[in-house]
Amino acid sequence: MIDVTVDGEVVQVPEGATLLDACRTKGVDTPTLCYLETLTPVNACRVCVVELEGSRTLVPSCSRAAQPGDVVQTDSPRVRHSRKLVLELLASSVDLSLASGDVRRWVDRYEVDTARFGPAAAPAAADERDGRDSGHHHASDGATAETVAQPIKIHDEMYVRDYSKCILCYKCVEACGDDAQNTFAIAVAGRGFDARISTEFDRKLDQSACVYCGNCIGVCPTGALVFKSEHDLREAGTWDEAKQTMTRTVCPYCGVGCNLELHVQDNEIVKVTSPMDHSVTHGHLCIKGRFGWQFVQNRGSE
Amino acid sequence: MGAGGGTSSYTDLHRTDVVILWGSNARETHPIFFHHLLKALHSGARLYAVDPRRTSSARWADVWLGLDVGTDIALANAVGREIIAAGLVNQEFVDQATSGFDEYRAAVEPYTLERAERITGVPRDAIRSLAHAYAGAKSAQLCWTLGITEHHNAVDNVLALINLALLTGHVGRPGSGMNPLRGQNNVQGGGDMGALPNKLPGFQDVEDDELRAKFERAWDCTIPPKNGWHLTQMFEAMERRDLRGLYVIGENPAQSEADADHTNRMLQGLDHLIVQDIFLTKTAELADVVLPAAAGWAEAEGTVTSSERRVQRVRKALDPPGEARDDVDILCELAKRFGHDWGQPAAEEIWDELRGLSPMHGGMSYARLEALGGIQWPCPDEDHPGSTYLHGRLWKRPIEGRVAPFSVVEDVPPADGLTDEYPVRLTTGRRLDSYNTGVQSGGFASPIRRPETLDICEADGRRWGIADGERVRVQSRRSAIEMTVRYVDNLRPGLTFTTFHFPDEVETNKLTNPAWDQRSGTAEFKAAAIRIEKLEAAVGVGG
Amino acid sequence: MDLKLLPAEASPEERAAVASVFDSSSEASNADRVAREGLNEAKARRHLLLPALHAVQKAVGWISQGALNEICCRLIVPPAEAYGVASFYAMFSTVARAPRVAHVCDDIACKLAGADAICATLERTIGPPGTSSADGQATWLRSPCLGLCERSPAALFQLAGSESADDDTIAPATIDEIEQILNGATVPAPAVGSTPQTSGTREPELRLLRRVGVADPTSLSAYRAAGGYDALARAVQMGPAQVIAEVSASELQGRGGAAFPTGRKWDAVAKTAETPRYVVCNADESEPGTFKDRVLMEEDPFATVESMTVAGFAVSAAHGYLYVRGEYPLATARLEGAIRQCRADGLLGADVMGKGFAFDIELRRGAGAYICGEETALFNSIEGFRGEPRNKPPFPVEKGLFGKPTVINNVETLANVLDIVLEGGAAFAGVGTEQSTGSKLFCVSGSVERPGLYEVAFGTTLGGLIDLAGGVRDGGGLATVLLGGAAGTFVSPEHLDTPLTFEGTRAIGASLGSGVVMAFDESADMRDIVLRIAAFFRDESCGQCVPCRVGTVRQEELLRRLARDGARPSPAAEADLLDELARVMRDASICGLGHTAANAVQSAVSMGVFEGTERE
Repeated sequence: MIDVTVDGEVVQVPEGATLLDACRTKGVDTPTLCYLETLTPVNACRVCVVELEGSRTLVPSCSRAAQPGDVVQTDSPRVRHSRKLVLELLASSVDLSLASGDVRRWVDRYEVDTARFGPAAAPAAADERDGRDSGHHHASDGATAETVAQPIKIHDEMYVRDYSKCILCYKCVEACGDDAQNTFAIAVAGRGFDARISTEFDRKLDQSACVYCGNCIGVCPTGALVFKSEHDLREAGTWDEAKQTMTRTVCPYCGVGCNLELHVQDNEIVKVTSPMDHSVTHGHLCIKGRFGWQFVQNRGSE
Repeated sequence: MGAGGGTSSYTDLHRTDVVILWGSNARETHPIFFHHLLKALHSGARLYAVDPRRTSSARWADVWLGLDVGTDIALANAVGREIIAAGLVNQEFVDQATSGFDEYRAAVEPYTLERAERITGVPRDAIRSLAHAYAGAKSAQLCWTLGITEHHNAVDNVLALINLALLTGHVGRPGSGMNPLRGQNNVQGGGDMGALPNKLPGFQDVEDDELRAKFERAWDCTIPPKNGWHLTQMFEAMERRDLRGLYVIGENPAQSEADADHTNRMLQGLDHLIVQDIFLTKTAELADVVLPAAAGWAEAEGTVTSSERRVQRVRKALDPPGEARDDVDILCELAKRFGHDWGQPAAEEIWDELRGLSPMHGGMSYARLEALGGIQWPCPDEDHPGSTYLHGRLWKRPIEGRVAPFSVVEDVPPADGLTDEYPVRLTTGRRLDSYNTGVQSGGFASPIRRPETLDICEADGRRWGIADGERVRVQSRRSAIEMTVRYVDNLRPGLTFTTFHFPDEVETNKLTNPAWDQRSGTAEFKAAAIRIEKLEAAVGVGG
Repeated sequence: MDLKLLPAEASPEERAAVASVFDSSSEASNADRVAREGLNEAKARRHLLLPALHAVQKAVGWISQGALNEICCRLIVPPAEAYGVASFYAMFSTVARAPRVAHVCDDIACKLAGADAICATLERTIGPPGTSSADGQATWLRSPCLGLCERSPAALFQLAGSESADDDTIAPATIDEIEQILNGATVPAPAVGSTPQTSGTREPELRLLRRVGVADPTSLSAYRAAGGYDALARAVQMGPAQVIAEVSASELQGRGGAAFPTGRKWDAVAKTAETPRYVVCNADESEPGTFKDRVLMEEDPFATVESMTVAGFAVSAAHGYLYVRGEYPLATARLEGAIRQCRADGLLGADVMGKGFAFDIELRRGAGAYICGEETALFNSIEGFRGEPRNKPPFPVEKGLFGKPTVINNVETLANVLDIVLEGGAAFAGVGTEQSTGSKLFCVSGSVERPGLYEVAFGTTLGGLIDLAGGVRDGGGLATVLLGGAAGTFVSPEHLDTPLTFEGTRAIGASLGSGVVMAFDESADMRDIVLRIAAFFRDESCGQCVPCRVGTVRQEELLRRLARDGARPSPAAEADLLDELARVMRDASICGLGHTAANAVQSAVSMGVFEGTERE
C-alpha cells in the first residue's frame, strides 16, 4: 500500500492504483467522462484533472499512477476552473441531453455557462462533417459557437448513431477495438474539431466490419449510440426508466455463460446490458446476447 | 479424467503463453470466450488454429493449420511424436502422473511429420512449429469445440488431444489446461444434473450400487441399475421398435439431427410423442401432445453451468405468455397425474436437494451464487471458493488419486468417404449471428445475416463452371437439396461449407451423415461427402 | 486478424505502389493450408502504413477505397483504422484529387510577403481551394508554414504519377511560376542563400553551419574531407559511457523547444535494462517561422546521419528512425542519399566502421501534421497510428518508440553532439552563457533586410541578431517580434536588449522555442497575423483532448469577434474569457500544442493589437 495525500488527508491505495482510485478511496466525487473501469484510459476528456504537487500542469487522475507521497488537490481554484471549462467547452459544442445524471450533477456543481461562447451555430448538413479535410477549416465570423450538431444516422434496425451527442471520448473505439471486441469497425477519423468516429470512408455500418455486438452502445456515456429499440420508444414517448426493472440472468445461446441484465418495461425486454464487474463478460456481449432476446416476445404474439 | 468439463477458467487464458484452438471457430461461436483469448494475444501469447477452414478465428492465429476434415488424430499423433522426438516431453510429469506412456510412444512412432503431411495436407514445418511451441511454452491452453466432437470417432479425437496435454504437463496448473467449449448455454449443466444415460447428478455413475442407493434413499424410489440410451441409441431403438414413446424437452431433433429424412421417419413412427418446448417447433408439429413451456433463461428461476464449470443463476424477468408454464410446474403436474405428489417446490428447494446429493455442488447456495457471480465446481462446502482449474492433484507429489492414462488412438478417415461419385467434402458449422436451427436467433433481424449458401472457393467454382450465386443441386449418399453457391476466401479446393441455421429454407441435415461415435452418441455432422450438380444439366461436376 | 475488407479493388498502379514498400517474402507461401496473419504479424507490419499511404498518394494522387483495401490486406490493418490515419494528415487525400497540387503557404512570414495576393489570384483563375482546374490536372490549397520563411512566399507541390517528378518546393514563389508548374512545367532548381553568414566573408566561429556552403551535401567524400566522421571515430575510441559523460558535461539542452538536458536522456536510456532501444531524430520541424533543421538537413545531411550514429553507439541502440517533415522534399532527398552512401561505405549497417556495433537508420516521411513534432505523437505516426500524443509519464526514455526506451532528439540538438565529442563537453560548455551552452541557430524572418538562418553564441541580444540580419527592412520602424514561433510570444521593441538565452527570454516571460525571430514593422496587419495563428492551432490540434480540440475553436471565434468589434457582451468580458480559455488549455491539455496554443495570441492581445478596432 502507498500513502497519497488527497485534499490534506492521507489515504492508502494499493501499488499500481491511480490518483482517481485515491480520490475515490477518500470518497471524493471526481467527474469522469472518457474513463471506464473495463477500458484502457485514454485520458482525453480531461474533466478528471487534479492538481499534483510538483507538476507544472494539472494531471488526469484516471490514468496517473499514484506515487508514494503524492499530494493532490481536487477542489483548488485551478482544478475547478479546468473542470468547469472542459464541461463548458463540451456543453457548448455537444448535445448532453441524454448524458447520465452524474454529468448533469457536475454541470451544476461547476456552474457551467455555455451562453458566454455565443449562440450555437446551425447544424451541419448530413454527412458534411464526415467529409471535412484535415488542416483546412472554414472559420466563422465568431458570432456563433460551432457545434458538432448534425442529422442522426439510422441505417438499420439495431443501431442509432446520433453524433450530435458525441463527446469523442474514444470509449466506443476502444470497445470495438483492442479493449474488447477487436473488430475495429470504427476509429477516429479527421483531425481537431473535425475529428469524428467513423467507419472507413464513412461507409454504413452494415457494409463495414461491424458485427453488431452492441459493445460500443454499452459504453457510450452520452446517448450518442443507442439501441434502436430504445430510440424508438423514446421517439414514441413511451420510454420510462422509472417503470423498468433490471434482472440479471444468463444468455440462452452458447455455453460461455455471459451474464445478461434484462431491462424490462411492461413485461417486455427493452434493452440488454451486461454487468461490468463480471469476470466472464466485463460488460461486453455478442450480437446474440445483446439482440437475440426477441424470440421470447415474438412467441407471446403468436 | 473424471467429471467432464473444461479444466481451466476463461481468465486463466490471460496469462497463458500458447493457445491451440483445435476445431473451434470461437470468434463466431463463442465470441466472449474469444475476448479472453484476445486478451492473451494482446499480452503476447501465440495462437495456433487447427481447422480445415481459414475461419475468422484462424485469422488471429500466428499459424493456421488447414488440415483435411477428419484427420485430427493423424495430426495430433504427429505432434506427440515430434514432441517426443525433440526431447520436449515433460518427463517428470509423465513419470509421476500418467500411465501408458510407452504404449503411446510406440503407437505414435509411425506418425512421422512426413506421413502426417500426407494424411492431413498440412506442411510438416507448420506441424513441427505447433509441436515445439506447445511443448516449449511455460503455460498453454488447448481448446476445442465441435470440430473435434462431431465426428464418428469423437472420443478418440478428444483422447488424442488429451495425450498432448499429458505429454507436456499442460493441465492442472494455472494458465495451462484443456477446454472443450460448450455449444449451448447449459450443455454442461445438463451433464452436471445427470442428463446423461450413464450418470446421476454430479457425474455419479448409475451403475455404482452405493451411489445409486444414496439417490434411492433420498428420492424414495428405485432407479434402474443400468445405463440408459443416448440420443443416437434412442434412434436405433426406434428403428428396432424397442422405443415407441418419446418425451422431448427443449430439443428440435426433427431439424437438428443428421440425416433428417431418417430422423423424421423415426419420429413419425412412434406410438406417442410428447414435446415440451417454448416454441411450436418442427418436432412439436409431429407430437401427440405439446406442453408449452416458459423460457428457462428469462421466465423462470434456476441455474445453468458454463464451459468453465461456472454455475450461475438464471432469473425470471418476464411472465411467460399464454398457457406456457415453468418446466418445474409441468414436471410436478405430470408426476401428480402419475400418482406422485411432489408439491410445488421452488427452484431453490430443488437446488438445495441437489446440493445434498452432489458433492461437487455442495457449497453452492443461492446466496453464494449471487454474491460471487457464480461458482466453478467442484465446490464441496460453503467455505470453498470454487475451483478455477481442475486436476491440480496431478501435480501433488505423490499425486493424489489415480494417474492419468495415455490412450492409444489411430487415424480413421471419416465414415462418409470421398469417391468419384461423391468427390467433395461438405463440413458444417455456425455463423456469428445465428444459432443452431434458428428457432431463437431467427427472432431478430440481424443486418449482417444473409440467405444460407453452399460456400465454395472460387477456384472450385471456375473448375466446375459454377458461378457465384448459382443455384445447384447438392447430392449426398442420403438425400439431395437445392442450394445457392457463394464464393468465399476461406476454403481450399475440394472443401465446402454450410450451416443448418435455416432448415426451413435449406435442409442441410438431409445431407449430413448420422454415423456416430458409440461412446458419445454424437453424429458426424462435420464430414459429409457430396457431389454438386448444375440444375439445368443435372450432371455431376464436382471433382 | 479477421479483417473485413472493402469490396473495392486496387488498380495496378496502386497495387504496385503498395508492393514497393512491402517485403513480400514474409507472406505465407501456402495460403491454402497455412496462414500467418495473427496479431504478432500485424504488429510487425503496422509501421509500414505511413510509407504505404505515401506511396499510393504519390502514385495516383489520392487514397482510393481500392488502394486502402490493398494496404489493409497486405499490412493486416483494419480499414477503419487505416482511414483514420489517412484522414489525419493534410498531405493525403481520401477523395479523388487532381494529380498536381500546389500548397500555397499563407502563414505568417508568407502573409507578410504577399501570399494572400497569390491566393486571391488562384481563387480567381482556378477557384476556391480544392477546386480542380479546367483540365482536371491541377488544384491548389492553402498551407500552414512550409519552413521556407527566409525566402517567402513559398509553395509546395505534390506531383502524382509514376512519371512525374518528386514533390518539390519553390521559394520565393510567384503566381506565374505556381501557375506554370500547375500547368505541367518542371519545378526550377532550388534557390540558394538561406544562410547569409556563409556567403561572402565567412565568419570563422561558425560551428553548426561549418560545412554549409563548403562541403557538397550530396557527397560523402566531401563530408569526410571536411572532418565528417571524425566524431564517430572519436566516440568509438571513447566508448559509450565516456560519450554520454561528455554530452552531460556539455550541458547541451534540446533545441526543439523544450530545452531538456540531452545528457540526461541518453544516460537514462543507456541505463535501462530493456532492449531493443531506439534513437529517433525529430526532423518534423513545423513550428511556424522555423527552418533551421531544414537548412541543416539540406546542406549538411551527413552530419545528421553521423550524429544519430553517435547516439546509437552511446545508448546501444541498433535502430534509428529519422522522421522528416513531409513538406521537406529536398531535405528528404538529401538524407536518403546520405543514408544510402553511408550504408554503402559501412558507416551504417551491421558492423559500423568495422568497429563491431550495428546501427542503421530508417527514414520516415511525415504527411502534414504539426502535432507529429510532439515526440510521442511522432512515435505513434512512425508506428502507423494517428499522430495523437500520448500521456506522459511514461516518458520516451522509458517507453518510447514501439514502447521501448528511446532517445529522441531534434536535428539541431544532434548536430551539436559532433563538436561535443570532438572537443569535449567542457570546451563546449565554455561557449555561450553558463545556463545556455554552445551556439544557437536562429530563424530570422519577416520585415528584416537579410532574412535567413543565423548562428550566434548564446547571449547575443535580440537587437544584435536583428542588426546582424540588416535591421528592419526599408528602414521601417520595428513594431514587434515574434519570438519562438506560433507557440511563442510577441515581444515589443523595448526588449531588444534581451540576451537570447534560455534564461534571458524566460526572464521576460517568453521563450526561445525553436529559435524563431520574426520581425514585424509598423505596416504589418497584426490582427490578421494573430487570426492566422489562431486558425493554425485550430487546424493543427489533433482533436484528442477537449481543452485543445474545442478550446482552439472558441479562441479563434472569440478573436474574430474582437477583430470585427463584435465583442459580446463587452471587450473586457471577452478578454477575461480568452484568459480562461488560455488557462484551461495550458493546465489541462495533453501536450505542448494545447499548452502553448494561447501564448502568442495572449501576448498580442495584451500588447493592444485588438484595441480601438473599427467595424470593417
